[in-house]
Amino acid sequence: MIKARITVTLKNGVLDPQGKAIEHALSGMGFDGVGQVRQGKVFDVELAESDKAKAEADLKAMCDRLLANTVIENYSVAIT
Amino acid sequence: MKSAVVLLPGLNRDRDMIAALTKISGTPPVTVWQTDTEIPDVDLITIPGGFSFGDYLRCGAIAARMPVMRAVAEKAAKGVMVIGVCNGFQILVEAGLLPGALMRNTSLKFVCRQVKLQIANANTMFTRRYQPGQIIRSPVAHHDGNYFADAETLRRLEGEGQVVFRYAEGTNPNGSINDIAGIINGQGNVLGLMPHPENLIETAHGGSDGRALFESALGIAA
Repeated sequence: MIKARITVTLKNGVLDPQGKAIEHALSGMGFDGVGQVRQGKVFDVELAESDKAKAEADLKAMCDRLLANTVIENYSVAIT
Repeated sequence: MKSAVVLLPGLNRDRDMIAALTKISGTPPVTVWQTDTEIPDVDLITIPGGFSFGDYLRCGAIAARMPVMRAVAEKAAKGVMVIGVCNGFQILVEAGLLPGALMRNTSLKFVCRQVKLQIANANTMFTRRYQPGQIIRSPVAHHDGNYFADAETLRRLEGEGQVVFRYAEGTNPNGSINDIAGIINGQGNVLGLMPHPENLIETAHGGSDGRALFESALGIAA
């Protein structure tokens, strides 16, 4: 079995109101020097597959077709 | 003119849409379920609002991958009219039938109120019963209606008259780019909008500003 972690983040230039709210909250809590905060998503996926290259290709297809909205999001796949 | 309403788990405006189509066209629409792979012969397919699949992952993302949406895409390619309202709009962009994306409202709040809409293009099969530039009222109720498209897509939408409805008079409830409330595809037969015209079609609703949209699509004289 292969385990992978997929990270989905907003593309640069796409406004992230949730990240902004978190940024303000952190500053309000007294964490000084907080710069930009961007919120993303993490998916831990288990695959019944032993071929690492095949798994990576499948995971990328999953990102392109469902897990990420590539209009506004980037993704990265890390096999752990 | 025959119409259909797409049903998905978690939608909650389906009965409003069915009521509006029935009252305006005089004929109840057929309903199609998420697992249906074929849609009967109709002139107009509507995808109502709500929270399909609990808005999990992204609003409309799971619904857009259901078998019925392949059938909707096939019909749309053949020129059948499609209207997606609210969650239906989110589903259409997730399915790639309309460009761009709908993101969290900039206020981070769910908005449920009446807004004003400008008819930005009255020369479409969905707006021909309105006057160009006409301002109408419409209810909105959503958390993720903040329309976004990259600069090139936006230029194309604006240049080709694909922006059909725009929030007017400072009533943009979600921070959408260029005050965009509704767009059509390049072919002109697929419309997505965040506001709910089906909830303003008769006196009991407090007005009938949304009625002309359905009359336009269904070819009914006002």
